[in-house]
Amino acid sequence: MSHTAQRKIVILGAPLGEPEDPASGTPGAAGSSDNRSTISEDDGFELALRIGNPALQVQVAGVWAALLPSGAAFLETKRTLICADLHLEKGSAYAQRGQLLPPYDTRETLRRLAEDVRRTDPERIVLLGDTLHDAEANGRIAGADVEALSAIGQGRDLIWVMGNHDPQGPGALPGHAVDELTLGPLSLRHEPLSGPRHGEIAGHLHPCARVVASGRGVRRRCFITDGTRLILPAYGAYAGGLSVRDAAFDGLFARPPLIGAIGSRRVHAVRYSAVIGD
Amino acid sequence: MLTASLGRPVKPGDDGVGRRAHGDILPSRFADWFASRGWSPRRHQLEMVQKAREGKSALLIAPTGGGKTLAGFLPSLIELTERAPSAEAPGLHTLYISPLKALAVDVARNLTTPIAEMNLPITVESRTGDSSVAKKQRQRIRPPDILLTTPEQLALFCAWEGSRLYFRDLKTVIVDEVHALHASKRGDLLALGLARLEQFAPGVRRVGLSATVNDPDMIRRWLGADIDLILGDPGAPPVVDVLLSQGHVPWAGHTAQHAMAEVYDAIRHAQTALVFVNTRWQAEFAFQELWRLNEDNLPIALHHGSLSAEQRRKVEAAMARGELRAVVCTSTLDLGIDWGQVDLVIQLAAPKGSARLVQRIGRANHRLDEPSHAILVPASRFEMLECQAAREAVAENALDGDAERTGALDVLAQHIMGVACAEPFDLIALYTEICSAGPYAGLSWEDFEDVVEFVSTGGYALKSYDQFRRIVKGQDGLWRVRNGHIALRHRLNVGAIVGPETLNIRLLAGRRAGRKIGEAEEGYLEQLEIGDTFIFAGQVWRFHGVTGPDALVTPAPNTDPKMPSWGGSKFALSTFLARRVRAMIADEQSWRRLPDDVCEWLQAQKLRSVIPAMNDLLVETFPRHKRFFLCCYSFEGRLAHTTLAMLLTRRLERAGVGPVGFVASDYALAIWAARPMDELDLDALFQQDMLGDDLESWLEESVMMKRAFKNCALISGLIERRFAGHEKSGRQVTFSSDLIYDVLRRHQPDHLLLRCARADTAQGLLDIGRLGDLLARIRGRIRPSRLEKVSPFAVPLLLTIGRESVPGAHQDWVLEEAEDDLIAEAMR
Repeated sequence: MSHTAQRKIVILGAPLGEPEDPASGTPGAAGSSDNRSTISEDDGFELALRIGNPALQVQVAGVWAALLPSGAAFLETKRTLICADLHLEKGSAYAQRGQLLPPYDTRETLRRLAEDVRRTDPERIVLLGDTLHDAEANGRIAGADVEALSAIGQGRDLIWVMGNHDPQGPGALPGHAVDELTLGPLSLRHEPLSGPRHGEIAGHLHPCARVVASGRGVRRRCFITDGTRLILPAYGAYAGGLSVRDAAFDGLFARPPLIGAIGSRRVHAVRYSAVIGD
Repeated sequence: MLTASLGRPVKPGDDGVGRRAHGDILPSRFADWFASRGWSPRRHQLEMVQKAREGKSALLIAPTGGGKTLAGFLPSLIELTERAPSAEAPGLHTLYISPLKALAVDVARNLTTPIAEMNLPITVESRTGDSSVAKKQRQRIRPPDILLTTPEQLALFCAWEGSRLYFRDLKTVIVDEVHALHASKRGDLLALGLARLEQFAPGVRRVGLSATVNDPDMIRRWLGADIDLILGDPGAPPVVDVLLSQGHVPWAGHTAQHAMAEVYDAIRHAQTALVFVNTRWQAEFAFQELWRLNEDNLPIALHHGSLSAEQRRKVEAAMARGELRAVVCTSTLDLGIDWGQVDLVIQLAAPKGSARLVQRIGRANHRLDEPSHAILVPASRFEMLECQAAREAVAENALDGDAERTGALDVLAQHIMGVACAEPFDLIALYTEICSAGPYAGLSWEDFEDVVEFVSTGGYALKSYDQFRRIVKGQDGLWRVRNGHIALRHRLNVGAIVGPETLNIRLLAGRRAGRKIGEAEEGYLEQLEIGDTFIFAGQVWRFHGVTGPDALVTPAPNTDPKMPSWGGSKFALSTFLARRVRAMIADEQSWRRLPDDVCEWLQAQKLRSVIPAMNDLLVETFPRHKRFFLCCYSFEGRLAHTTLAMLLTRRLERAGVGPVGFVASDYALAIWAARPMDELDLDALFQQDMLGDDLESWLEESVMMKRAFKNCALISGLIERRFAGHEKSGRQVTFSSDLIYDVLRRHQPDHLLLRCARADTAQGLLDIGRLGDLLARIRGRIRPSRLEKVSPFAVPLLLTIGRESVPGAHQDWVLEEAEDDLIAEAMR
C-alpha cells in the first residue's frame, strides 16, 4: 500500500499517566496543558492523538474517539460505545462441524462488553455488524447469554448495524437493526465502502498488526485510522484477524494510517511503517 | 547398576564347546548358521530363545553391539521355521516396533541376511509413514510373517476396524530402543497400543530391547505386567579422553571452536568418526568449521533432523558402505543403527548426562569385547567439570535415568478416539484394558470418565454440546464414533505427537517466497531476529522473517553467522551429573584431575570469593559498570535456572531494587539491577513459597504454558492440523489455540486440557520438580559472598550476556518501543 500524501502526527498531553477511566478523561481540546508537538511537512492535515492508559484517543473527522483495549471505541461527546464483529456463537458453529471448541466465547464476549458498558456508561451501544457468527446462531445461544445481553442493553439504545454474516438481524434478541447509522459527521457501517470516506467508522476487516521493534515482532489486534476513517478490530473472543498489510486494506487510506495496537493493558500508538506483513 | 556377567563369556570361534552347550536350545539349522559365520550365540541370545519356548515375555538389556536385535528376532525365526504348514494363509506372526523410521528399514536389511543364508520360508516387510499407499494396502490384505514398523503406524492400526482380525494370530511384539521411547508421550501412546494388541491376541509375547539403563525395573513396568529381565554382558568399558586443546579451555561458549583443529586431527587418525553435538545449530557450525580445516579433503558428512529425508538417507547409506571418514550428527543418529567401522566418537560440548554419553560411545566400534574410544571436547571451563564428571561416571558404569512418568491424558484422549473409530467399546472393559498399560496403571476412574467425556463432547461444564457428540453410546451400552466423517478426520491427525511445527525455509525472490531449501522447527527460527545470519545445510543465510508457513532467507556467503542463544541444548545438565560436578568443585583433592588452567581458575575463585560446599548455594553480589549483580551457582540446568531467575526477578521488583535483566546457564544464573542487592535477606528471597502464587500467575501468562496448551490441544484432537484435501502447515493451525486458552482459563480453569498443559509445563519445560528440590535442599544453606568486583566463577556467565534471549510473558515491550519511536518522531 503506498500513500501519496503526508500527514502530521500531533500528540496532545503528556505521554503516560496513571490509568484513567476513559469516561472521565477529557478528550479533545478543551483547555488543559496540551503540549503540542508536530513533525515535519505535509498538506496541512493533522492527525491528533492523545496517548493514555488504557485508552488511546484519536480524532476521526474531528470527533474524539477513545480506543479501548477491549477493541471497542467510545465517542465521549456522543455517549456512544461501538464494537464490531462480535461473532457470537462462533464456538458452537465449529462444534457443529466437528471441532468442539470451548462454548464460552459468547459468554466471554458479553462479559467484556458488560465491563466496557459499566466503565463508559453510554447512552447508545452500537454493534457494528457480524454480531452473530451465522444465521442460525440465534437458535444456539444460551438463555443465560440472552439475559446478559438484555441486561447490557437495559436503559440504553442497543443498535445492531447489519453485517454480512448476520443479515437477518437480532431476531428475538434484544436490540433493533439498522443498515447504517449517522452521528454528526460520522457514518457507522459494517463494511467500509471503497474509496475515500470522510467520517466512516467500520468493522468487517478484523485488523491485526505484526509490530516490530528491535528485531522482534508481536502480532496484535489493532485499530487503524488516518483521522478521516476508523476501522475497528474484531471484538469477539474467537474472532481471528487479518493483517493490515493485506490487500483487503488497499485504497482505504490516502495517508499512512496510525495503528492502535492492543497490548495486554492498553492501546499503543504505532506507526504503519513499524508493521510488517504476516 | 549392571551386575557382572552371568555364565561363561563366549568368544568368537569357540565353536565346539558352544555347540554342545546350547544344542538343546537352538535347532541345528541355526546352530550351524552361527558356526558358519564364525560366531557363538551369546548367552543372552540363548536365554531369549529359552524364554520364548516357555511363552514368557522378556526385557533384554544389553549394550549396543551385543547382538541385541538378533536376540529379539531369533525366537520368531525359530518358531516360524518350526511352524506346521496350514491350508489358510497365516496371519502376522511378529510385529516389530522401533521409534526411528530409518531403523525399521535398517533392521529389515539385517534380518534378510540370516533368512536368505538359511533359506528360511519367512517374509519380512517394513511399514512406515513413507511407505506407499499401494504397499500399505497390500500389507493389509496379505500380511507378511514379520512386520517392521513405527509407533505411529500402530496407532493407526488401532483406529482401523480390521485390526482385531488382522492381529488375531500375532505371537510376538518386539519393541526396540525402549529406553529412548518409554519416558515420553510417544511412549504413553505406544503402551496403550500394546494393551490393544493384547486384546486382539491374548497371550501375545512382549519383548523389549533396551540399552543399558539406570533403572531396568522402570522399563519393565512400562512394558507390561510379568516381564522377565535378561541382562546382557556389559562389554569392555569405553576409553574416554577429554581433549585439552593445548591446555587452554575458554571461559565461555557452546561451540568448542577452539579445539576444532585438534578434532580434525583426531578424525584424520581414525577410520570413521562420529562427531556428536547437542543441537542442530551446533551441528551446522561444527560441519562448517571442519570443512574450513579440511585440507585432506576427507569425506565428512552432516546429519540432523532438519535436512531433507533424501539427504539423510544418502548419508546413512554412505555410512553403512564405509565411505565416510566422519559424520557430524545430533541425536537422530543416537539410536543404535549398526554402523560398521565407527571406531571413534567425539562429543563436542558437554554430554549433559552420562547415560547419553554411554549410548553415544556405544556407537563406536561395534565389537563388544573391544573398548570403544571416545573424546570429550568441553566448550568452556564449567563444561570441563561436566566432562570430567561424566568421564568418571562412565568409568564407574554409573548412569543417570529418566524419571518415571504417569501417562498423559491428552494422549489417552487420542487413543480412545482411535479405539472408538475401530469398533464399539464397553466403558468398564476399556478402563480395565487401559490400566494394564504401564504408564496408566494408576489411572483413576474419574480421570478416565473425564477423558471419555472430553472425547465425546469436549468436556465442558456448559453442557451445550450434547448434540454434537463425536462418540456416542448406543442402545447396546457400547460407545462408538458417531459417523465415518469424524473417523476419517481422526485418522488424518493421528500421531500428532510427532513433531513441533516446521516452517519451510525458502529463498526470498523479489518479495515472494521462492525455492525451498529445507525445513526447520519453528522454535529454532524464533531465536533469530530479522537480518541475522545463520547456518543451514552447510551454508550461511540471512533471515528476513516469516510469512505464513515459510521462513524467507537470502544467501549470505562470507559472513559470520550469528550464534543463536537458546541454541543451548534442549538437554539440560542432568541432576546426576550436576551432583557430581558440585562434589568435584567442593573437593579440592579432585582438582588435581583437572587441567592446569581450570585448576587455576578454581584456585582463583577460592582466593577471591568462596568455593561452595557440595550442598550449599553460593550467592555472590558485586557491582559492575553501573549495575549491580547477583549470581547464584546452583547447577540445576538451564531450564530450572530460567524459571528461578524469572521468579526471583519478580521478588526483586517488589523489593525495590529495579532488576533489569538476567541470564541463565546450566550452571548458574545472574540477575542485574539498578540498585545494590547485597543487603537483601537471601533466605527470604529463596523461600520455597515462590513456587506457589508467584509461579502460578507467572505460569498462567507465560508463553510456555500457551505452547504446552497448543501441544495438548493438537494431541488430544481438540484442534486439527490436517484436513482432508489439504495439509496445512503448523502456522495455519485451524484455530488459534491462544484464543481458546485465554477463554478456557477464565471460564473453566480445571478443564482437562489445562490440567494437561500444566502437567507438561511443570514436568518438561520448566523443571519445577528440580526447582522445588533445589529450594528445599538449600534452605538454611545459602552462602553469601559480597564482593567488590566480578568473581572468577561469574566470568563465564557474564560472557554469555547479550546472547541469551528472554522468553517473555506478554512481550508488550515491543509495542512500548514502537510507541516510543512514534513519540520520538513527533517530538523532533
